[in-house]
Amino acid sequence: MQLVFKRPLSLKDVHTHFCPGCHHGTVHRLVAEALDEYGLQKRTIGVASIGCSVFLYSYFNIDVVESPHGRAPAVATGVKRAKPDSFVFTYQGDGDLAAIGTAEIIHAANRGEDISVIFVNNTTYGMTGGQMAPTTLLGQRTSTSPYGRSREKEGSPIRVTELLTNLDGVAFAARVAVNTPKNLMDAKKQIKKAFRYQVEKKGFSFVEVLSACPTNWGMNPIEANERVGKEMCEYFKLGVYKNTAEL
Amino acid sequence: MVKRLFVRGNEAVCLGAIAAGCKHYFGYPITPQNDIPEFMSRELPKINGEFIQAESEIAAVNMVLGAAATGARTMTSSSSPGISLKMETISYMACMELPCLIVNISRSGPGLGGIDASQGDYFQAVKGGGHGGYHIIVLAPSSIQEMYDLTMLAFDLAEIYRTPAMILGDAVVGQMKEPLIPHPKPDTRLPEKDWALRGIGDGEQRIIKSLFLGDGELEAQNWKLHAKYMELKERETRWEEFETADALLLVTAFGSAARIAKTAVVMAREEGLKVGLLRPITLFPFPAEAYATVTRHCKKILDIELNTGQMLEDVRLSVARDADVSFYGRPSGTGSLPTPEELLEQIRKHY
Repeated sequence: MQLVFKRPLSLKDVHTHFCPGCHHGTVHRLVAEALDEYGLQKRTIGVASIGCSVFLYSYFNIDVVESPHGRAPAVATGVKRAKPDSFVFTYQGDGDLAAIGTAEIIHAANRGEDISVIFVNNTTYGMTGGQMAPTTLLGQRTSTSPYGRSREKEGSPIRVTELLTNLDGVAFAARVAVNTPKNLMDAKKQIKKAFRYQVEKKGFSFVEVLSACPTNWGMNPIEANERVGKEMCEYFKLGVYKNTAEL
Repeated sequence: MVKRLFVRGNEAVCLGAIAAGCKHYFGYPITPQNDIPEFMSRELPKINGEFIQAESEIAAVNMVLGAAATGARTMTSSSSPGISLKMETISYMACMELPCLIVNISRSGPGLGGIDASQGDYFQAVKGGGHGGYHIIVLAPSSIQEMYDLTMLAFDLAEIYRTPAMILGDAVVGQMKEPLIPHPKPDTRLPEKDWALRGIGDGEQRIIKSLFLGDGELEAQNWKLHAKYMELKERETRWEEFETADALLLVTAFGSAARIAKTAVVMAREEGLKVGLLRPITLFPFPAEAYATVTRHCKKILDIELNTGQMLEDVRLSVARDADVSFYGRPSGTGSLPTPEELLEQIRKHY
């Protein structure tokens, strides 16, 4: 018998707490596969952020440090500077990275820290119950934008990947989605590429992953996947925005 | 001949930190602590260390968190409002049991306040300035030599007890120059860092966190922290006594205020007044037993602070029940630093 599919070494054999249809589990797997691909598990230090992603250490079999809300890029900076031979990545949501942590992500990126950032954008604060995020789409109803986000009052959603692409310190930046098998395969490719940047010491790498939060969107998983493809991909264009080393 | 340097207190902190093996500094400019990041930005690259001028005090202390998580000796410094910004992360690090050094060359406050010498941050420093109910080790140097020595001690204590430690100073001890005799760090036996992150290698996963959601987990962590604070109170209190044996009035003060108070005590002795000085060096753990002992025979205490009465509460809780505690202090601000003559007047008044 031939083994065709197995759990990545970097993932533990446990059930996740994520809601049905949530993409965190999928993204976890892609990250774990990328760690395995380059044999990084044993020298990786993951930086968990605040939100549903905080339980990184429960699902990954790697060393993990928790970070205060938004500060993961600063914590990762400290880890990497103190232990330059380790592989360091942060895993952050959109509330964490694009609101409270705006300063930290911009400056870590601008310094060109030798770290990788996985940015999971689901247009809402998941763990706290679906409040408006900086990436919430115009018109989207959330528990703190009950009449829909308006450009006049709340401003337009922030396109973080485009913002970071302008900084010299960013070596690699891409936006991917995991709503379809095709997008998922590309997401896997770009996450691996981002990690290769750090493995080859080529600088700061960033991958934004458009993902679904069916619970807080009030949708079933199929509808949520469709929303990612229709509404999110329309505003947040997929693609590789920066690939300085042409890996 | 003994090598002597003539340096500012802020530089003494840096020299002490580097001699203690600290190679990772993260900070942000704010007066009156700027000599520290300036010194570190110049000296750390020479010893393959890391200096980052962070985007904010918040980012700086989170870089400290990250470096500390790998077991590195690491520090940040700031002044009062900057320390307020760091408080969330200091609370995290207290719960995560991460050793580090935080230097507060405090300003006068509240708010933007001013840059004069002040002891307005005593409560914030010793009562756990952040959320959740915790303590950190707080050391209060009153000379440039102590800025050096206590910086070294702070790193050792932080590692032994796995907790953040703070040097609480101000512009007087930070910016004044005095002779300093440098020396190698003490040969303290330090525990192995079997908690530090390094990548799992062939071992078990290590996690550094402050989120405890399981039944009983957080309560257990808090009892563990509490036991640590009790042990600190038991084993690590430090203080200086000056002329206390026959004293009829005990003056007490810490840090820069204690320097001025000591001069006033000497002047009082020259007048024939039996006055002594008790100077806490550790503000947390507070040397309560020293007060209990001295006030067995000396029933009058005059507490002097550069604020309107903060350490006063700990003094009152520590003295003998029949002791009478008076207070003299002025809130900080330009022109509010008391002179020795001013304090001598208070000594005469309360004698």
